[in-house]
Amino acid sequence: MNWLHFFRNKQEEAPATAPQAKERLQIVLAHERISRKGEDFLPKLQREIVELVARHVSIDPERVNVSLERGGDLSTLAIAVELPGPEPARRVS
Amino acid sequence: MAQVIVVTSGKGGVGKTTSSAAFATGLAQSGKKTVVIDFDVGLRNLDLIMGVERRVVFDIVNVISGEARLSQALIRDKRVDTLSILPASQTRDKDALTKEGVATVIEELSKDFDYILCDSPAGIEKGALLALYFADQAIVVTNPEVSSVRDSDRILGVLQSKSKRAEEKKDPVKEHLLVTRYDPNRVEKGEMLKLDDIQDILRIPLLGVIPESESVLKASNTGNPVILDEPSPAGQAYKDAVARFLGEDRKMRFTDYEKKGFFSRLFGGRAA
Repeated sequence: MNWLHFFRNKQEEAPATAPQAKERLQIVLAHERISRKGEDFLPKLQREIVELVARHVSIDPERVNVSLERGGDLSTLAIAVELPGPEPARRVS
Repeated sequence: MAQVIVVTSGKGGVGKTTSSAAFATGLAQSGKKTVVIDFDVGLRNLDLIMGVERRVVFDIVNVISGEARLSQALIRDKRVDTLSILPASQTRDKDALTKEGVATVIEELSKDFDYILCDSPAGIEKGALLALYFADQAIVVTNPEVSSVRDSDRILGVLQSKSKRAEEKKDPVKEHLLVTRYDPNRVEKGEMLKLDDIQDILRIPLLGVIPESESVLKASNTGNPVILDEPSPAGQAYKDAVARFLGEDRKMRFTDYEKKGFFSRLFGGRAA
């Protein structure tokens, strides 16, 4: 194999993956270092938000979705609360 | 007063035991009275790497539970006379180790030795926590690979919060980075994390870089710490690391890509 490589002008360059490794590590560790200090706040946050919303509208606590997307410069915390739709069939006015 | 050094990593299989054996041997070769303790109760291997597996009679658990005296459990190395090994138990479970028990053992060893090396098990469970608890210094063994770097960062967090020094709010445990299985050729190709990148991320002083080397497997096959294989790149790299640990200023070696010459490209030479 080796002498064949020698005659090939340039070996097909595989794309460098190490920079990705570094970037992914930097992002995950930035977050882990922060959360190391405090407790996991997400479950508490979810519970408090559900309580707050429930004070004003009736909601199904099962239909609350909290998701966190971690990026380098920006992280987004998305909280989706599904509100019950109108139920015209049973509504008596 | 002896210095207690933990060799730790979080992740398994990165070279903790290989490094403990090499480092302890190197310190002892420099004339320092050194003892290396295996904390991996249930999965002991330091005895094999050190080549003393047939001389184990008692272990650290026997000492802690009062079944044997410390002097009975210590194995004197036959190659370097300032070196001793305290093996882990192979049959007991890790709950046999207690903080008080380990404290007594370390206190007693402090009277006779300059350096007490603690070879930590993988993970962040009891055995690993006990191995690092009494440490004055820590050698964090890291491979140039994402999971190893992440786990090293985690174990640094543990050192800074759960060690005795942290609990008693004393000066923090002195941290050293030891990068193992480094392959400059793969780094050059962009396939492996660069040394600078690892240092950038972990931000602790670099003690040494051990190149990926065939001599490490050969050393473990025969039960001779790789530092005794003096011509091998890994052996030399460990010697450098020990010298740096003892305060000597030595340039990093085996970190740069060696461009293959015409003949080795043609016939395919492999680094030993």
